[in-house]
Amino acid sequence: MSISTGSAWVDGSSSLMKRYKILRGTNWGKAAVVGIPAFWLAVFFFVPFLVVFKISLSETAIAVPPYTALLEWDVEEAYMTFKLNLGNYFYLLEDAFYLDAYLSSIKIAAVSTFFALIVAFPIAYLIARSEGSKRGLLLALVILPFWTSFLLRVYAWMGFLKKNGIVNEFLLSIGVIDQPLIMLQTDFAVYIGIVYTYLPFMVLPLYSALEKMDITLLEAAEDLGCTPMKGFFLITVPQAMPGIIAGCLLVFIPAVGEFVIPALLGGSDTLMIGRVLWDEFFLNRDWPMASAVAIVMLVVLVLPIMLVRNSQGKQEAI
Amino acid sequence: MHLKKLGLTAALAAALSTSAVAEDKVLNVYNWSDYVDPAIITAFEEETGIKVNYDVYDSNEVLEAKLMSGGSGYDIVVPTGAFLERQVKAGIYAEIDRTKLANYSNLDTVLTEKIARHDPDNKHNVPWAWGTIGLGYNEAMVKERLGDSVALDSLDLIFNPEVSAKLADCGIGILDSPAEVVSVALNYLGLDPNSEKKSDLKKAQQLLSSVRGNYKYFHSSKYISDLASGEICVALGYNGDVLQSQTRAEEAGLNQKIEYRVPKEGTLVWFDLMAIPSDAPHPEAAHKFIDHMLKAESGAGIANYVYYAVANKASEPLLNKDVVGNPGIYPSEEVKATLFTQNAHSVKFDRLLTRAWTNVKTGR
Repeated sequence: MSISTGSAWVDGSSSLMKRYKILRGTNWGKAAVVGIPAFWLAVFFFVPFLVVFKISLSETAIAVPPYTALLEWDVEEAYMTFKLNLGNYFYLLEDAFYLDAYLSSIKIAAVSTFFALIVAFPIAYLIARSEGSKRGLLLALVILPFWTSFLLRVYAWMGFLKKNGIVNEFLLSIGVIDQPLIMLQTDFAVYIGIVYTYLPFMVLPLYSALEKMDITLLEAAEDLGCTPMKGFFLITVPQAMPGIIAGCLLVFIPAVGEFVIPALLGGSDTLMIGRVLWDEFFLNRDWPMASAVAIVMLVVLVLPIMLVRNSQGKQEAI
Repeated sequence: MHLKKLGLTAALAAALSTSAVAEDKVLNVYNWSDYVDPAIITAFEEETGIKVNYDVYDSNEVLEAKLMSGGSGYDIVVPTGAFLERQVKAGIYAEIDRTKLANYSNLDTVLTEKIARHDPDNKHNVPWAWGTIGLGYNEAMVKERLGDSVALDSLDLIFNPEVSAKLADCGIGILDSPAEVVSVALNYLGLDPNSEKKSDLKKAQQLLSSVRGNYKYFHSSKYISDLASGEICVALGYNGDVLQSQTRAEEAGLNQKIEYRVPKEGTLVWFDLMAIPSDAPHPEAAHKFIDHMLKAESGAGIANYVYYAVANKASEPLLNKDVVGNPGIYPSEEVKATLFTQNAHSVKFDRLLTRAWTNVKTGR
């Protein structure tokens, strides 16, 4: 059948054949453009997600690996059992502790995101308004910290914030304080650590949004009697909105699951979901429960973000 | 025909046995960080021609997570007793063939009998080193706040609300290790340190919560540098780590005198044990390594270097005076009698324990 169709094509006009070829070609290209990212997404996000989800539905066992199999079958005995354990999720819902941990993480992430925005906006604004040659240098300075290890930079903050650290020594020497401030092992140190670490992720999207802004709009507003303050909120902020949203998401999402910064800079009383996950996994040796905590975290984070993206998309369409 | 078959079997057996002998001349060791004089490892490599890949970890939990995922590729791992106990139950260790260990008789049988509590007949382990959890403190800073007459070898320093309140301003650091600290607290309260009763756990939690406000942090290694620098003045920590901090303080010339004491109320004694995972790629080399570590000079190379005691009787004449004569490392027989070991807990109790611990830490 296919052969005969093939011969029909050969017999047919050459223009038809060309069109067929072009169509085929564009289809392949399209498929590749969509397919390659989809493939990466499947391999690096969806498959691991399914594995974690699968573990979250099993039970702990003293074995290698330390959880039960969902599916058991025996070809000779011809039986197959399928066991789903939703107990972990019910336990998560029942126990107020997990809710507290999620809320506390979201609070810390939200406060840090807010301060990162406050700090990053003037930086991004300055870079976007500076001349071309300077701009490259300033951008390089924003990215420069990535050249050293993230861990080293957090350790450097420990040196700054500790009791006999640089900040305290300085404040003591100029006589502002007469007792060293306790800064390390507090929530304050966690905020500083997160804001500092994620600052470039806020600056860069803000910069790209502000750079595209048309400055003549501000001039026009001024000519029409708008105060600079009003002009900023009526023109600059709405223009920067896509950058603000992107930057906030880039800071907020990793900050919620942050483990290293609170572990190094935070106090023992800093409750974050990353720590709870660690405890479930390493202290309780309860891989299924740890997986359930991770899945719930993902759902808690992804759903609101998808809603935000959706409404954003609609706005743009309007 | 028969002969031919026999010949074939012999050839096969020979091939198999040579392949067993001729395993790669490599050994993958996974051990605690800073836990041996590197010269001991070099000596093993030179004697046997086996190349040692030496990886380190700093918590039993991390080791266990790797082992429980399977296929870790390690030939020698060194978990602590209670962890080994559970891991043996999960069936992840091979039995150790003592006929390959010429130096096994060097071991102190009093200690190996204690260890057998974790692993009946010590089928799967050979001890690396052992130590206690106790009080590390900066003598001057503590006496400045509590006076000269205070008993520095009492857990009152950290568990008595009034005493610890006086030390809060100079800083108290506690190990972030729920099972170990709770067992020490239970023992302090006069309860069974291995109790899995909910009511006992609650009492320990109440005790810890009552003094929580006086603690600066819970962390399992930060106190080493913080004691030396004066950032904290008291720590509930591992003996060898506190003694390391003592050496650091001396070397830095900061004039901070750090001491370690085994609490008079009794405390936990732990054993770190060498074991061979059942999927170890080089079991022959692993046995050779264990036998090497059982030599008198190897044991001395551990104890003199890291300030932890070894269960090797033959090493004792080779130990430095400040090691063998240090009651913080080699306690007297009377003190030894007050020490207890910690059992592996059930999964259910571990969950209760972790929750109680989180509640203490976060002040709930």
